[in-house]
Amino acid sequence: MEWIIASAIGLITATGVFLLLRPRTFPVILGLVVLTYSVNLFVFAMGRLAVDAPAVISESRESYTDPLPQALVLTAIVISFGTTAFVVVLALRAFLESGNDHVDLIPLESDAAEDVL
Amino acid sequence: MRLALIVLLPLLGAWLPGLLVRTGRNACALAAGIPTVLSLALLLTHIPELPHGVVVSSFPWAPQLGLTLSFRLDGLGFLFAALILSIGLLITLYARFYLSNKDRSGNFFTYLLLFQAAMLGIAISENLLLLVIFWELTSLASFLLIGFWSWLEEGRRGALMALAVTGAGGLALIAAVLLLGTITGSYELSVVLQQREQVQESPWYPVLLTLVLIGCFTKSAQFPFHFWLPRAMAAPTPISAYLHSATMVKAGVFLLARLWPILAGTSAWFYAVTTTGLVTMCLGAIVAILKDDLKALLAYSTVSHLGIMTMLLGLGTPAAALIAMLHLLNHALFKAALFLTAGIVDHETGLRDVRRLGGLWRWMPWTGCAALLAVAANAGLPPLGGFISKELIVEQALHTPWLESEWVVPAVLGVSAAFSMAYSLRFFCGVFLGRPRWVDQSHVAGAHHAPQHHPHDPDWGLLFPPVLLAAGALAIGIWPQTLVEPLIGWAAIAVTGDHAAAESVHLQLWHGFSPALYFSVGALGIGVILYSLSGLVRTIGLAVLRFDFGRAFDLTLSAATRGTRWFVTWTHNGSLQRYVLVTLVGFCALGGAACAQAVYEPGARPLLPVAPPAVVGWILVIGVCLATIVFYRQRLTSLITVNVIGLIASIAFIYLSAPDLALTQIAVEVVTVILILLAMYFLPKESPRESSYWRLIRDGGLALVIGAALGWMSWSVMTRDFVSIAGYYVQESKPAGGGANVVNVILVDFRGFDTFNEIMVLGIAALGIYALLDGAMHGPAASRLDTWKPDLPQSPDRHPSLLIVPTRIMLPLALMVGAYIFLRGHNFPGGGFVAGLIVTIALIMQYMVSGYDWANRRISINYHAWIGWGIWLAAGAGIGAMVMNYPFLKNAHHHFHSIWLGDFELASAVVFDAGVLLCVVGAVMLALANLSRLGRRAYKAARRAGEQGHTDVLTPTVVED
Repeated sequence: MEWIIASAIGLITATGVFLLLRPRTFPVILGLVVLTYSVNLFVFAMGRLAVDAPAVISESRESYTDPLPQALVLTAIVISFGTTAFVVVLALRAFLESGNDHVDLIPLESDAAEDVL
Repeated sequence: MRLALIVLLPLLGAWLPGLLVRTGRNACALAAGIPTVLSLALLLTHIPELPHGVVVSSFPWAPQLGLTLSFRLDGLGFLFAALILSIGLLITLYARFYLSNKDRSGNFFTYLLLFQAAMLGIAISENLLLLVIFWELTSLASFLLIGFWSWLEEGRRGALMALAVTGAGGLALIAAVLLLGTITGSYELSVVLQQREQVQESPWYPVLLTLVLIGCFTKSAQFPFHFWLPRAMAAPTPISAYLHSATMVKAGVFLLARLWPILAGTSAWFYAVTTTGLVTMCLGAIVAILKDDLKALLAYSTVSHLGIMTMLLGLGTPAAALIAMLHLLNHALFKAALFLTAGIVDHETGLRDVRRLGGLWRWMPWTGCAALLAVAANAGLPPLGGFISKELIVEQALHTPWLESEWVVPAVLGVSAAFSMAYSLRFFCGVFLGRPRWVDQSHVAGAHHAPQHHPHDPDWGLLFPPVLLAAGALAIGIWPQTLVEPLIGWAAIAVTGDHAAAESVHLQLWHGFSPALYFSVGALGIGVILYSLSGLVRTIGLAVLRFDFGRAFDLTLSAATRGTRWFVTWTHNGSLQRYVLVTLVGFCALGGAACAQAVYEPGARPLLPVAPPAVVGWILVIGVCLATIVFYRQRLTSLITVNVIGLIASIAFIYLSAPDLALTQIAVEVVTVILILLAMYFLPKESPRESSYWRLIRDGGLALVIGAALGWMSWSVMTRDFVSIAGYYVQESKPAGGGANVVNVILVDFRGFDTFNEIMVLGIAALGIYALLDGAMHGPAASRLDTWKPDLPQSPDRHPSLLIVPTRIMLPLALMVGAYIFLRGHNFPGGGFVAGLIVTIALIMQYMVSGYDWANRRISINYHAWIGWGIWLAAGAGIGAMVMNYPFLKNAHHHFHSIWLGDFELASAVVFDAGVLLCVVGAVMLALANLSRLGRRAYKAARRAGEQGHTDVLTPTVVED
């Protein structure tokens, strides 16, 4: 089971990083969202994996999974939602102001679009 | 306390002249003079204690850093402090008359006092770190004073150069002091100075020595760092006399003497210090005669004499150290006097060029007398103090082999003594004897500077300081034993700790016919010959010594500036895309470096069995990730694939015992999609094809590296056992937190402060979104909205009943679910955050389906207020606990029994969670509702345009299949 999660984390991270390096705002935002997934899974995995052991106290259950990474990830989900929302609107406003959604505000017509690096 | 006051008086007094800046020069000078006099008086009260050794007084400042406000007074510190204060007093008087009405005297005297305090701090610091602080302060004060006439370009450049050179030396000194502290275990001089063996046997000794010497040589203008001193001559002349000849430049010599007990005596010390001193001494003397500007001539002469002192300290014998102290005192007197007479000449004639001065003796006899005495001391003529120290120096030099050859040191000394004589003659004869040359050179460029009237001796205020200093130089020569022998003896004992050596040297003018005497007479004679041939000497010298160190420094500095600028513009080219790349590559490099040192061992934790559904999910993840990468330019498609990843993550959370995470993830997922869809309405629906193939490959490669690293890290961690603090939370959740759902109890109780901050972030993000969107209602964004043409096909039926009816029925149900999830959160998966999102989704559905206006008329919620109330409620729950004398956000709970609800537990965390709920609903609704405001504006603009017949966007278009 562990290798499934580990490889999924790796793949999702790679997807996120790839999107993060795109020149337009929309894929970059999606990249952030994807990275959030992978990082959340990663932090969650730090508590090790456990099946059928939710951290809800019950007399019928003997072992519980580590609740602390879960609590941290829960906070992380909320915070990343807030920041994602903010970045989405920031990108929207930038586009409305400039008519351009390149992260460096380079218009498509310009030949320089690819030459910044 | 008395010791600390010596430094504190000028330091605190430095404010006064600055405050009195409008009251004129007299008040400012007086305000500067009073702390100096008081400080000097305090210093003199310590004289009786000096023969008995060291006085130390200490106050803690930052003891954990080893930094204490501790001061010590010994012979060396006393000599130095007395020089600083007494010459400082004379300089204050002189500057009062030297500065004009237009100069900002207040600033000048403030800087001067600041400098004085810093200098005194160097002289009497017991703590080395404290000494370094004062050391840096002198560099800063010197910067301000050199650039005092800030309209002079050379002043600004000189100030910058002095700061750069001495500041760099200061950095080296900081490193040296830290190193010394590490070696000796203390920063207190009285401890450090006892550990000669530890320091010299330490493997760090060469490094330490190099760093100390860089610090001292830059400060004391030793070759090859001497070039800043002539450039610093752009300062007002009293400053040149005070900082750049009498005191500050001697700080390096002082520190060499201070650390002499632990550093001196090795051959590394001898060769580094003596050789540098010899080169500096000789070079300074030779270059001095090539200079026409009086102050430049004196500056190089100062460089030369500083070289003598350095050379003496380098010899490493107690007798040489004593002579260095004597020469330090002598030089301070006669060189300050020389500078001050040069300042008078400049002040009275407006000229500083030796070639154009002359014959001033007949108009300025007093100035001439002072200059004659001082210049004679400088050249080492009897019966002045300079003669005594020079004889002793020659005596030492004749017995010092250098690399086993006996003649090197005497020869270099002889050359510089001869040149000293020559430039001294040139200074005096050129200025005071002969004919006034400005008359018959009126055709020379700059002749309009020629004095309009005959120059004459200045006011007493300008005349008194140099005359007194010159008289002092004479008095030392005549009565050396009474005037200075005890003082020098104390200083020498403080440096060397050798009482016998200090007492064996007798200062007297006439030593009889000794080899040293013949040597000096010979050198002086050669000096006279050199002067008589000065035309030839100068021609040869100017032809040979063409290398300008200052210019080289300027070129280096500008090359470094250009290089830095190139590097900064290359790395910080303004492209965010590049910054992301650089950041990611940087992380990879750091991680790689860390991994390179690690040793990997496989973990021993037993693995979970692979469940078939997990494999399905895994294959799905691979599929959607690949799809996301392939179709990233189709924005709607990629949004969907990305959300599939999120959904699979939620399912993974359910399967892996994290129901709370799954619930939250799904709810957030929905809201995020709605938000992005709303924004996407205005954004292009497709990204242009603009990344080249090689760039796609590069980015893909980097992505794979980072993904592999993170995956590998997860694998490594998950296959290892660990010790967690989870047990505490699980154990205490019910008794202390009153809830069975440990995750929720952690959120609202154990780590409630995290959650409190989290909802604040959410609230702030929402307010930021509001500000961004509200701003879009003006300016270019608004005009773009007003001319918006929808780029997607529009549905003919904007609010289909098929959707309206079920959503309205679902509203109460959804609200009920929200309430249920909220209430059960403490004991079962759920809680305020998820409940808030569910309520939000229920509300937003109404907006989507029935239209903004319809919904807005019925849902009259002030979202801003909800955010605020939510945070207040959460804070209130926390503060309530504090009122009850519990920590912030401590949970209280009680068991209730009700006929209708049965047994249930009510915890104060419910209040906190309600705050979370309010804040979440307020924040998310504020963001979404304002996004839809944009849509309405664009829609209305389009409708107006449609009514005017320009476009038919609102007429139903065929929805493409």
